[in-house]
Amino acid sequence: MKKFWSRFLGNPRVYLGLIWLGLLLLVAISANVLAPTDPFAIVGKPMAPPGGEFWLGTDSLGRNVLAGLIHGSRATILIAVLATLFAVAFGTLIGAIAGYYGGLIDNVLMRFTEFFQTIPSFLFAIVLIAILSPSALNLVVAIATVSWPPIARVVRGEVLTVKSREFVQAAVVAGQGDAAILLKQVLPNTLSPLIVTGSLLIATAILVESALSFLGLGAPNLMSWGFMIGAGRSFMREAWWLVTVPGIAILLTVLAINLVGEGLNDALNPRLADL
Amino acid sequence: MKSGSLGSYIVRRLLQTIPVILGVVVVNFLLLQLAPGDLATVLAGEAGGAPKEYIDQLRARFGHDQPVYVQLFNYIKNLLVLDLGYSFRQSAPVLELLLMRLGPTLLLMGSTLVVSLGLGVLMGLLAALWVRTWKDHVISVAAVIVYATPLFWVGLMLVLVFSIWLDWFPTSGMENVVAFHEGWNRVVDIAHHLVLPTITLSLFYLALYARLMRASMLEQRGLDYVTTARAKGQTDRKITTRHVFRNALLPVVTMAGVQTGGLLGGSVVVEAIFAWPGLGQLAYQSLFARDYNLLLGIFFMSAVLVVIVNLIVDVIYVFLDPRIRIG
Repeated sequence: MKKFWSRFLGNPRVYLGLIWLGLLLLVAISANVLAPTDPFAIVGKPMAPPGGEFWLGTDSLGRNVLAGLIHGSRATILIAVLATLFAVAFGTLIGAIAGYYGGLIDNVLMRFTEFFQTIPSFLFAIVLIAILSPSALNLVVAIATVSWPPIARVVRGEVLTVKSREFVQAAVVAGQGDAAILLKQVLPNTLSPLIVTGSLLIATAILVESALSFLGLGAPNLMSWGFMIGAGRSFMREAWWLVTVPGIAILLTVLAINLVGEGLNDALNPRLADL
Repeated sequence: MKSGSLGSYIVRRLLQTIPVILGVVVVNFLLLQLAPGDLATVLAGEAGGAPKEYIDQLRARFGHDQPVYVQLFNYIKNLLVLDLGYSFRQSAPVLELLLMRLGPTLLLMGSTLVVSLGLGVLMGLLAALWVRTWKDHVISVAAVIVYATPLFWVGLMLVLVFSIWLDWFPTSGMENVVAFHEGWNRVVDIAHHLVLPTITLSLFYLALYARLMRASMLEQRGLDYVTTARAKGQTDRKITTRHVFRNALLPVVTMAGVQTGGLLGGSVVVEAIFAWPGLGQLAYQSLFARDYNLLLGIFFMSAVLVVIVNLIVDVIYVFLDPRIRIG
């Protein structure tokens, strides 16, 4: 375990990622303190350039861009993390059952998973939002629905290899039930690939959430980075910062998550780290 | 490998995909039944409200007054003869609309595939050859950054810099319709419009393939067959081009096949940004117009596209790796 931490934290890329994510988390938690006014409130002259009274300028209606960015971090992170948790929970359930029981159950569940992988996922997410109507919860549901298949595949593969090991057979002989064996013996041994895939999934979830909000399919009463870009799009000629600033925020966040996720992967699978 | 066996393989694979495509159609059909509002209510709403009798009459005309299972059965029955229904919104058969929009999307996807695969493989190859030098680091860091960039934002930034500030490329559309270009001029005009959308859609995949290619090259280079080839006295250059490169290409080709669905999803966003007249834009429009016949048709078409590309990938595989036998 000590080796893991020294490998994980000894990686400068991981450091950079963790610093940005830490800052972001602080900002998201203290959003109401840092920017007490409603991000939708009109506070000044429209399209004031950055560097004046408002550090990052104002948008086409005179809303503070910095306040939007701060409150947007909250919506973006919350939706992405919740969607990932749902996707991991569902994917683990499907993958674990398929891998553990094998045979017909495995076949049916894997066809089910493949089916979800055949439908173009972004198109499917758009349709789900259209059916469920845009809201924060429905964004979570839609993103989770299109992102669980890789988790199910990873967990299934791990369960298949762990299942035949001696300690699992010992648990079977000792008379433990299927549920107990799965939860106590098998799943804890599949954790490391699950953590890596899950952490990278948060980054994908942020990208999907921003793209949906950008197209106008996000939560209507929630300030999010994708929404800010979509709203600023028509004014690119006059106010370049409306599109540029939230985009950089998304880029840095996704980059930080990817760096940390890859750091986790290298630390958990040191054999592959050189590749 | 005899060509006859390849032909029967393709036919068998196509037959296997029929249940998958049918599944996609059935699930989306049922899902869209759950959507709030239908075409009749939208049309009535646009007309400024209408009596209930009129709405019922519209529903009867669209066939929406029958039970769901009857509608589904009729839809699938018509699908088997490639009758995808009629778009009452655009007043045209769905198939005709789809075929009109298929060309631009295929053009965009094709040029993206060529650019992202070509440059991605090249970058990955170079990074692997220059491994642990500053050139490798530059390529790797650039790939990591591009990999994290939202697609729609890249598009907008490209428009901002190359269309608005520098005025090198048009901001939107597929061709300059008022110029009435013909022949070669029209090709040049479309190519000019194609540049920014292609770069937008390619960058993410370029980074993905570059990273994969680099890892794959380094992995292959450590395998026993390379040692054997070296022991036989082959030059490094020959080992790289004839053995390592070909084997390293396999996972990249697989990934390119897997990403087809993602490419279609990305083209929805890119087509929305650049007003590219393709399937993605049509999907977006039909969704908001509640034109579900058309939307279902788009889903059918994209499932078919994904399946066909995967089949092509598997055929390419056979040529790349003689160890893979079909059967």
